Amino acid sequence: MARRITFMKAINEGLDMAMEKDDRVILLGEDIAGGAKVEHLAKENEDAWGGVFGVTKGLMPKYGRERVIDTPISEMGYMGATVGAAATGLRPVPELMFNDFIGFCLDTLLAQGSKMRYMFGGKAKIPMTIRTCHGAGASAAAQHSGSYYGILASIPGIKVVVPSNPYDAKGLLIAAIEDDNVVVFSEDKTLYGIKDEVPEEYYKVEIGKAKIKREGTDLTIVTIGKMLYVALEVADRLAKDGVEVEVIDLITVAPWDQETVINSVKKTGRLIIIDEANPHNNTATDIASVVGDQAFDYLDGPIKKVCAPNTPVPFATNLEQLYLPNADRVIETAAELIDDLKK
Amino acid sequence: MEKLSKERAEWIYKKMNDIRNFEDEVHRIFSTGSIPGFVHLYAGEEAIATGVCAHLTDKDYITSTHRGHGHCIAKGCDLDKMMAEIYGKETGLCKGKGGSMHIADIDKGMLGANGMVGGGFPIAIGAALRNKYLKTNDVAVCFFGDGAANEGTFHESINMASIWKLPVVFVNENNSYGEATPQIYSSGSKRIADRAPAYGIPGETIDGKDLVAVYEAAGKAIDRARRGEGPTLIECITYRNYGHFEGDEQKYKAKEGPEKALAERDSLPEFREYATAEKLLSAQKADQIEQTSIQDIEHAIKFAEESPIPKPESLYENVFVD
Repeated sequence: MARRITFMKAINEGLDMAMEKDDRVILLGEDIAGGAKVEHLAKENEDAWGGVFGVTKGLMPKYGRERVIDTPISEMGYMGATVGAAATGLRPVPELMFNDFIGFCLDTLLAQGSKMRYMFGGKAKIPMTIRTCHGAGASAAAQHSGSYYGILASIPGIKVVVPSNPYDAKGLLIAAIEDDNVVVFSEDKTLYGIKDEVPEEYYKVEIGKAKIKREGTDLTIVTIGKMLYVALEVADRLAKDGVEVEVIDLITVAPWDQETVINSVKKTGRLIIIDEANPHNNTATDIASVVGDQAFDYLDGPIKKVCAPNTPVPFATNLEQLYLPNADRVIETAAELIDDLKK
Repeated sequence: MEKLSKERAEWIYKKMNDIRNFEDEVHRIFSTGSIPGFVHLYAGEEAIATGVCAHLTDKDYITSTHRGHGHCIAKGCDLDKMMAEIYGKETGLCKGKGGSMHIADIDKGMLGANGMVGGGFPIAIGAALRNKYLKTNDVAVCFFGDGAANEGTFHESINMASIWKLPVVFVNENNSYGEATPQIYSSGSKRIADRAPAYGIPGETIDGKDLVAVYEAAGKAIDRARRGEGPTLIECITYRNYGHFEGDEQKYKAKEGPEKALAERDSLPEFREYATAEKLLSAQKADQIEQTSIQDIEHAIKFAEESPIPKPESLYENVFVD
């Protein structure tokens, strides 16, 4: 059996192997090492933090401060600089500490990195991978808990991936770094501790391809990131009532895998999408729209979305748990679609 | 720094004429309606782009502004393809998909005009970071206007360039107006170069109409950057002959005083006079350059007008690297 490592370790290992393979790969971010210019740390070749959650721990001691670059707290400056570095031949992997800070540096994605190739008539390549984290459930409150991958996914010229497990995290990150486009790699901060089997070798998980995590015939549930685990719990519980749920981990939010989702809906005739983002104009809305258009005749009922409410993320633990989509809410929604489940 | 040689003086004078003729013609053609969208003309500021780019090779990078045609020409971009781009033609430098505000040619080290005021700062330091990381001897030059100096990217990028000692030169083209707002209103510091010491880098204010002053200040700063000693901020006092964009009534322009005096100066005859007096340029050679430049721009216009518009399917191309 392959060894089991955490989601965080899998990401660290993906970065490490990508850096080992290609010296054009550099990391930039706030405190991704920490302790720059501190003499007693320099003497021991130690990093102070290795990122606010420790995801990049150990990479500075291994690759040096030339490749693991602590930036000032200047998101628009260093994120924009990575566009310049990528356009001129490096493969930078900046870390945006929390996706909630995107407001400071959205220009990087909205107006510069995503558009250069198109604006310049195909001459530019911008091979950069932006690592960031999203997600409620860590009591981090409204400005450190949002889920904004869907907002970024609506910008042409950007790929957005949201891994749900350690295996995919490592393989997707390597695929993202090898990709010649701007890729946003959004990590759910509440998954950092989960463990799973991860091969030791260098491997890629295909960007743009969803995975069917459980096959079923009665209901399709599409999930993004951590919501996979909600769907798997729902599938277990509904199986006891004789309802077979097909669970699809979307993995890539842009461009999302229309073929896998539509084929599943054609088989089951029912669709629920679980997306932790706020409910309007999110990825779930887009999926509902495309499936409604492409597979309308196969549907036995309305397409349902289970999302966060249209509120910021609250601080109090009980409210935050209410904010997050959970299995009970999904089962209530499923009951609206499946007669046998109606009380 | 290399002294201004005969060869370089000729190169500079040709580029200055190309920029002036290019922009005067774009101004004329724009009023006929043949050029779509917005154009922001560089005429009046020629001494800066040429005086700086005279020190650069294709391997050095520049970032530009809304007012990017002059930087493009000085960095060696093809005049025919530039004009075709501004016309929105398939043969354009960016296949007609960028236009005046996004004109670029990475092969020439021209990382793009930028539709975002202040958008060039981070990109320039990124290119400089690349140069430093790869241990090349190449530099990056960030051209920016007085308006961009008040964007947050100015602060963040110059600060980072300073702490990392990046091989980058920040060249401010202070033409007194950010869009329709005077610089004396929008800046808390009297001079933009006054801000340099706050970041621990050298800064100086120079006469941006004086080619020799620009050439010397830029040469010093670029040499310093190539030696790995870090960034410099150069503020060039200049003036744009036209409005912020074509169609701007320019009601805000000063009717008298130092700005008016600046408006009445012209770097082209000033440099011609200097270069002929210094025997860097003969009168005959100068006349010949002026003539060739006119012909080159006429050729560019003809090329652009006769070029096809982009094919419909190109709408969908080049969003991603496949």
